[in-house]
Amino acid sequence: MTTQPKIHVSDLNLYYGDNHALNNIHLDIPEKSICALIGPSGCGKSTFLRTLNRMNDLIHGVKITGKVLVDGQQIYNQDMDVASLRKRVGMVFQRPNPFPMSIFDNVAYGPRIHGIRKKSELVPIVERSLRQAALWDEVKDRLNKSALGLSGGQQQRLCIARLLAVEPDVLLMDEPTSALDPISTLKVEELTQQLKERYTIITVTHNMQQAARISDYTSFFLNGQLVETDQTDRMFTAPSDKRTEDYITGRFG
Amino acid sequence: MDLRMKWLFIGSASLVSIIIFSIILFVGFQGIQVFRDISIAEFFFSSSWAPSASEPRFGAFAFIYSTLLLTLLSIALAVPLAVSGAVFMAKIAPKWMRELLRPAADLFVGIPSVVYGLIGLTVIVPWMGRTFGGPGYGLLPAAVILAVMILPTIMSITEDAIRSLPTRLEEASLALGATRWQTIWRVLIPASGPGIITGIILGMGRAIGETMAVFMVIGNSVSVPSSLLESTTVLTTAIVKDMGNTFYGTTWSNALYMMAFLLLLISLLLILIIRLIARRSETP
Amino acid sequence: MKIAHWTDRLATLFFWLSGLVIIVILAAFLVKILGDGVPHLSWSFLTGRPSEVRAGGGVGPFLFNSFYILFLSLLFSLPIGIGSGIYLAVYAKKNKFTDLVRVSVEALSSVPSIVFGLFGALLFVSLLGFRFSILSGALTLSLLNLPVLVRVTEESLRAVPESYWEASLALGSTRWQAIRKVLLPSALPGLITGVTLVAGRALGETALLIYTAGLSVSRNFPDLNPMSMGGTLSLHLWYAGTSSLAPDAEQIAQASAALLVLIVLFFNLLITIPGRIVQKRLSGGNH
Repeated sequence: MTTQPKIHVSDLNLYYGDNHALNNIHLDIPEKSICALIGPSGCGKSTFLRTLNRMNDLIHGVKITGKVLVDGQQIYNQDMDVASLRKRVGMVFQRPNPFPMSIFDNVAYGPRIHGIRKKSELVPIVERSLRQAALWDEVKDRLNKSALGLSGGQQQRLCIARLLAVEPDVLLMDEPTSALDPISTLKVEELTQQLKERYTIITVTHNMQQAARISDYTSFFLNGQLVETDQTDRMFTAPSDKRTEDYITGRFG
Repeated sequence: MDLRMKWLFIGSASLVSIIIFSIILFVGFQGIQVFRDISIAEFFFSSSWAPSASEPRFGAFAFIYSTLLLTLLSIALAVPLAVSGAVFMAKIAPKWMRELLRPAADLFVGIPSVVYGLIGLTVIVPWMGRTFGGPGYGLLPAAVILAVMILPTIMSITEDAIRSLPTRLEEASLALGATRWQTIWRVLIPASGPGIITGIILGMGRAIGETMAVFMVIGNSVSVPSSLLESTTVLTTAIVKDMGNTFYGTTWSNALYMMAFLLLLISLLLILIIRLIARRSETP
Repeated sequence: MKIAHWTDRLATLFFWLSGLVIIVILAAFLVKILGDGVPHLSWSFLTGRPSEVRAGGGVGPFLFNSFYILFLSLLFSLPIGIGSGIYLAVYAKKNKFTDLVRVSVEALSSVPSIVFGLFGALLFVSLLGFRFSILSGALTLSLLNLPVLVRVTEESLRAVPESYWEASLALGSTRWQAIRKVLLPSALPGLITGVTLVAGRALGETALLIYTAGLSVSRNFPDLNPMSMGGTLSLHLWYAGTSSLAPDAEQIAQASAALLVLIVLFFNLLITIPGRIVQKRLSGGNH
């Protein structure tokens, strides 16, 4: 790869107290691609995802060493502005987590905290984000209704729209479809495919079909270690590590 | 045996209902009697209270006015500090500090109101007198003491409300690049709104009904106060002050029962509001 | 986004300040009450008789009455409170009567204590002719205790795991046997906490007692007759603080205040310490 990767991780270790949860991770993620993180539950894939926008900072007793570069910048530097990092590296969570506010206010939340106050500027941002998240047609008549009245799938797409409104470069998705029904899952997957044209996407999934369907690269985690990373089609046809093969052929996990 | 015990429990439960209804009926009935001798308009809108004069007057307006003003004032003093204290305890304070503050707050809810009154009388009133001139009695020292008394209540309830919010909300906000302050101000406080309002209403209830602490610092002269440092009387302290001089069944005594009935109605109204808030926040 | 960053710093500072202000207020309060009062506490103060005009009076009879009235009021309110709590936790179906009981408990807990006082003055003192007495005071005070007791009983019974209850019924016990043998013993720690809470509050109660128990005390000490005058420590504190003629009234008030706070503090510790121990035992004692 000649160009600089969007995200470069090297020598990354993470400890929860005595528990060595991530062990010496190395990974490069190229721009505008979808990278899927797979592995059995408890393997550290979600924990790894949360190191990329420093969400682990919220958890008491976590210690992190090593390098995580986003656009060549070490995000674990002392003087890193975490808020502005998270603005660039956004996150969609396992369970939809809309705020108990109106649909409009949910999407406008990000732009507002980043300094856009005028309604005339917010309206087009909200509409554009909802369109990008393929939700506009379903909610355009009830923007002022509470977001909690939406279905689970709609709520998850709302959360994606809310994220797109702050115009991040990188989207981190933590099993974004695990709480959704199959139809909503399909919609979110299609959406992810479209978003790839403009964003770098890293998604955690426990569902290997999903990883195979949507991602360009796949990384396999096991017991806090990154076993193997490869292009998705190669990974699923000819894995180079025995453990990967065992996992994707369903021998464990 | 089983059945007999069951009826015993049902009986106790009924007794609780019977008690509250008898309180409302007894106090209400005794209070309403006052309107046989004086008009409703005089009682509520006249501020002339001279029950032992040769031509007795029973205008309770000054008491009602001061009660409402005192309640609002103490809420205004207590709420900002109580809510920021609650945020501090729920989101910012280190664990050891929280474990110190929480029992301390409970302790202060339990301190008898006469003790608060004594502090008001021996510390706050003289201080007000020195600082602003005059004897130092009035609504302001009473509001300060009440604010300290209701602060722990409002703080504990608000803290519980903030703490009971799912972490997902906080995560969502932080993941969008919000700072902690933005998250608190724009997400956590609005989302715990019903809890905060419940705390404020409970604090109001306590402030309206508080008697002893207020009695000791408010001065107890009958007048519509023109300043916050002018001696005045509220409903509760008017009852305490006059009750000893009256005989059961006189207009004077009935007027005091009417004031108690008024206090009772306000308290019941506040409980009703809390129930409405709880019901509304259950259905999103 | 430098502005947001600095606002955040400023806000954090502000929250720390409000936390500290609250701590300082609370601490200053305690220091003031205990600092002024504790030096005047002595055995003769605790057990001596009051003196109206001369210095050196004690609070013995008042202190005695405080606990006596508390005891009697718990005697009246505990059976009814626990009974209603059991009804709400075990028997109550979702119907109008249950709703009525719940609303009643809430309403009763919101009644200002001076209103209880007037009700007691009307019913117990005047209509039933108990006059200003320990009995009138205790009966009225039991009304104040009642809603808290109901709530505490219900909550501690509900905290008992459903499986205990089912296990007992499955073994063929009647409901009352299950309540007595299984539910109440498991709920006991919660109940004790609740009663301690009620006791602390009842001991400091004043407004309710002025026109039911009266301000004075019997000539005899200790006087167990429930019809004698029922002045309590908190009433005496109020009287000493506002209208006593004794030259050392202020010291008496300060010492009584310190004594009341110490009692409340003691009750609070009584609640917290066993609670901690039980918790430790349940969690295996690792913390």
